[in-house]
Amino acid sequence: MRRDIFQAIADPTRRAIIALIALQAMTPNAIADNFHTTRQSVSKHLRILTECELVKQEQQGREIYYSLEIKKLKEVDKWLNQFRKLWETRFNQLDDVLSTIKKQKK
Amino acid sequence: MNNNLLFDFTVDKAAKTVYITREFDAELALVWDAFTKAELIDQWIAPKPMIAKTKYQDFKVGGKRFYAMINPEGQERWAIQEYTSITPKTNFKMYNAFADKDENPELPGSEWDHSFSDQNGTTKVHITIYNESLERMERILDGFTQGMKMSLNNLENLLQTLSNK
Repeated sequence: MRRDIFQAIADPTRRAIIALIALQAMTPNAIADNFHTTRQSVSKHLRILTECELVKQEQQGREIYYSLEIKKLKEVDKWLNQFRKLWETRFNQLDDVLSTIKKQKK
Repeated sequence: MNNNLLFDFTVDKAAKTVYITREFDAELALVWDAFTKAELIDQWIAPKPMIAKTKYQDFKVGGKRFYAMINPEGQERWAIQEYTSITPKTNFKMYNAFADKDENPELPGSEWDHSFSDQNGTTKVHITIYNESLERMERILDGFTQGMKMSLNNLENLLQTLSNK
């Protein structure tokens, strides 16, 4: 089953993991060191992030490193921005309407 | 536009909900009118080059606003809003659905909740939009992305938003 990417980033721990590995590829142990939670719990979050292709794994020697799939994250960014842009445009128009009315009243 | 005005926008796709907060440099009574009087709503709700046209509005609980968004080619997209709760100058709720030109709604629609508060002369508005269907949320976008230039913010901005939560 392919997971919903938006469900994946709705969880605060997973968002924190994304922010962490955005800086550098990390092993599950190194990631877990940053959280007050069990190694199993971090593994579960990593599995979910991997399933929706937000992170990728890379074997280096005996260790597995997790890093961010930037292209995938940009899809989310683009989707959100379309909505944001729509409202920004509307509200800028409303600012103009409000200032016109205020001037008329004076 | 005054860049000091707060604008916060978040989408919780899992909860099918959009949360919007915006401040306006105007007194509450005026902002309330701009959101609740059709002749004012029509002046800002459609992102240019689209225009909005309200056919009729009855602003009371159980009353409706029937309106169209019209694109530069003259294509009309009708929708109907039914007011479900009104607390003057504080809050109003409505149910919004696309419709045909004869007012037959296309369900499911979305539930809108608007709250207004005065902040020493400026007005803060909170909007919550719950969509019963995700496809519908995306359809709304399709309608507006036409003719609008979309900018893709860089990854850093998103990461900052994500990590600040």
